[in-house]
Amino acid sequence: MSGLLSDAFLISLVAGAIAAGIPLLLAGLGEQVSEKAGVLNIGIEGMMLLGAYTGFYVAFLSGSLWLGFLGGAAGGLILALLMALLCVRLGLNQIVIGIALTLGADGITALLHHVQFSRTYPRLPAVDTLPIPLLSQIPIIGPGIFDRHPSVYLAIIAVFVLVWVFRRTNVGLNLQAAGDKPAALDAAGVSVTTTRTLAVLFTGMMAGLGGAYMSMIGAGIFIPFMTGGAGFIAIVLAMLARGHPTWVLYGALLFGVSLSLTTALQVGGVNVPTDVVQMLPFAMVMLVLVIFARRSALPAALGLPYVRGQR
Amino acid sequence: MTADAGTNDPTPTSAGLSGQGTGMPEWLVRIVLALVPILLALIVGAAILLLLGRDPISFYVNIVRRGLISWIGLQETITRCAPLILLGASLIVAFRAGLWNLGIDGQFLLAAVITAALSAWMIQSAPAWIVLPVGMIAGFLVGAVWSLIPALLKAYQGVNEIVTTLMMSFLGVSLANVLIKIPFNDPNTTVPQTMTLVTDDRLPRLFGTTINIGVVIAVVVILVVHWVMTRTAFGLRLQTVGANPKAALHAGLSVPLLTVVTFGLSAGLAGLAGSVEILGVWGNVRADWNPGYGLAIIPLVFLARFNGIAVIGFTFFFAMLSIGGETASRRADLPNYFVLVLVALILIFMALTEWLSHRRALARRA
Repeated sequence: MSGLLSDAFLISLVAGAIAAGIPLLLAGLGEQVSEKAGVLNIGIEGMMLLGAYTGFYVAFLSGSLWLGFLGGAAGGLILALLMALLCVRLGLNQIVIGIALTLGADGITALLHHVQFSRTYPRLPAVDTLPIPLLSQIPIIGPGIFDRHPSVYLAIIAVFVLVWVFRRTNVGLNLQAAGDKPAALDAAGVSVTTTRTLAVLFTGMMAGLGGAYMSMIGAGIFIPFMTGGAGFIAIVLAMLARGHPTWVLYGALLFGVSLSLTTALQVGGVNVPTDVVQMLPFAMVMLVLVIFARRSALPAALGLPYVRGQR
Repeated sequence: MTADAGTNDPTPTSAGLSGQGTGMPEWLVRIVLALVPILLALIVGAAILLLLGRDPISFYVNIVRRGLISWIGLQETITRCAPLILLGASLIVAFRAGLWNLGIDGQFLLAAVITAALSAWMIQSAPAWIVLPVGMIAGFLVGAVWSLIPALLKAYQGVNEIVTTLMMSFLGVSLANVLIKIPFNDPNTTVPQTMTLVTDDRLPRLFGTTINIGVVIAVVVILVVHWVMTRTAFGLRLQTVGANPKAALHAGLSVPLLTVVTFGLSAGLAGLAGSVEILGVWGNVRADWNPGYGLAIIPLVFLARFNGIAVIGFTFFFAMLSIGGETASRRADLPNYFVLVLVALILIFMALTEWLSHRRALARRA
C-alpha cells in the first residue's frame, strides 16, 4: 500500500503519462482533422514511425531538437503526400493504402536503422526543460507537468488552437462539410479535393511530430517498430472524441497513464509482468468502445472518395 | 451517425477488369493486372537496394535460389504456405462479406499458444490421431471466440470493426505472451515457452519430405471456402451483405446474425492457421514469437481479388519471398524487413494498376 501511493510512484506516473501521452495527443489531433474531412487515415501508424525515424536522425545529425521536429514533420508529410495523392486525388481504397504505408514505413525504417545505427545505437542527450515558475513547484504533479520540454506546452496549446479553428473559422466549417456532405461543399464553390488534401497533409505533419517526440524526447533513441500501435490508438482517440480536440487531450492523458503504468509500478516496488501491463491501453480502448459504443461518432462520408456528380 | 458509415467496403470495383475491346481473354488480363504491380515493386525494390549499397540482382537471385530452386528451400516454402493459405481463406470470408477482420494476427497467435499447450498436455494420455484434430478444433474455436466482441459490437452497435479487431489483435498478442510465460510455461526450459509436442506426434509428413499435411488441409479448406462463397446460397447471402447491407436487410436477411457468423468463420480459420503452424512445424510456442503474417497476407488477398485459387498462387510467391528473403537478407547483411517494403510497394502499385484499368474502361465507354 505504502509502495503504491508513495510520492515516487505518483511522480513517475504523472511524468510517464505526459511522456507517453504527448505523441498520442499530437497524432490524435491530426487524425481528428483528417477524419473530420472524411479520410480515415490507417497509415498514421506508419507516418508516426517515419516521423520518429527522420526526427531522430535530423536531431542526431544537427544536435537540435527543433530541427529534429522539423525533420519529423517532414517524414510524416512525405507519407501523407503519397496518401493524399493516392486516396484523395485518385480515390483509391483508403484502408489498403493505409496498410501499405504502415508496412512500408515499418520496413524502410527498420532497414535504415540496421544500416546506420545497429552497431552503435546512438542516444540523444537528455533534453533541457523549461520549468514554468510557481506551477512547477506544486508537489507531485508540478515536476511531471510543468517542468517539461517546451514542445509539451506547444502541443497542449495546439489543442486550443484547433478548438478555435473548428468553431470559429471557415477552415473548420469546410473540413466538417468535406466529411459530412462533400457535395454541399463542392456546391459552395470550395474544392473537396483541396480541403481533404490539406487535412491529410496536416495529419501527416502532426503524426510525424508525435513520432519525433516519441523518439527524440520520450526515448532519446530510435528503435524499429517503436510506435507499437500508438497510431492505431490515436485513431480510436479521434473516433471517440467526436470532433472535440479537448477530448483528444483527456483521452491521450488517460492512455498515457495506462502506458506508463509499467515503469511507475516498478518504481513503486510492484512487479507486474510487462505483457499484462501492455494489454492495459488496448483493453481500455475496448472497454471504452463497449461502454460508449453508440456514442462514437464519425462523419457521414468517412472513408468514401468524393467523385463529383456521383452518389 | 453511427460508426458503420466509416467502413469503406473492401469489395473492389470489378468495372474495368473485363478485357473487352483489348482482344485479350479475361483471365489473361487478370493475370497481367496481377503481375504488373509485382514487377514494378521488384524494380523499385531494386532501386532501394542500390541506394543501400547492395546488389539487387544477387539479392533477387538468392531469393529464388534459396526459396524455389534448392530442394530444402522449396520444401520450406511449401510448408510455409499452409498457415498463409488458411489466413487467406480467413480473409476471403470476411472481405467477401464486406467486413474488415484486421485482427488475424491476434487470433492466429492466441490459437497457436492454446493449441500448443493443449496438445502437449493431451498427448500424455491420448494418441496423436485424437490429439491433432482436437488441437485444430480448439484453435478454430479460440480464434472464433476472440472475434466475438468486435463481431457483436459491429452487428448490434455499428462500431467500426477495423479499430476493434486491431485492438483485439494487440490484446491477443500480449495475452498469448502472458499465457506462455505464466500458466503454460514449460518449467524445464530457460527461455519461456510452452511444453513441446515431439516431432513424431506432430502432423504427418508427406512421402519422406519435410512437408507436413498442413498444406493439404489448407488447400482443401480454401477450395471449400471458395466454393461456398461463390456457389452456395449461404455464400451469396454473405456477399449480399458485403455488397449492400441495406439491400440485404430488405431481402429479409438477418444482417447482424450473418455478421457474427462471418466473423466467427473468418477468425476461426485464422485460429486454425495458428494450430496448423504449431502442430505441423514448431510443436511449441516461444515467448515473443509473432510471425505477423496478418498485415502481409491482406494485400495478397486483394491481389487475388478474393479468388481462393489465385490466393494459393500468390501465397506460394510470398512464401518463396519470405523463405528466400531470410537467406538473401543475411547474405546482404540486411534485416529481413525488406520483404515488408516489397509487400507495401506491391500494394501501392496494385491499387494504381486497378485505378488505371478502371480509367481506361471508363474512357472506352465514353
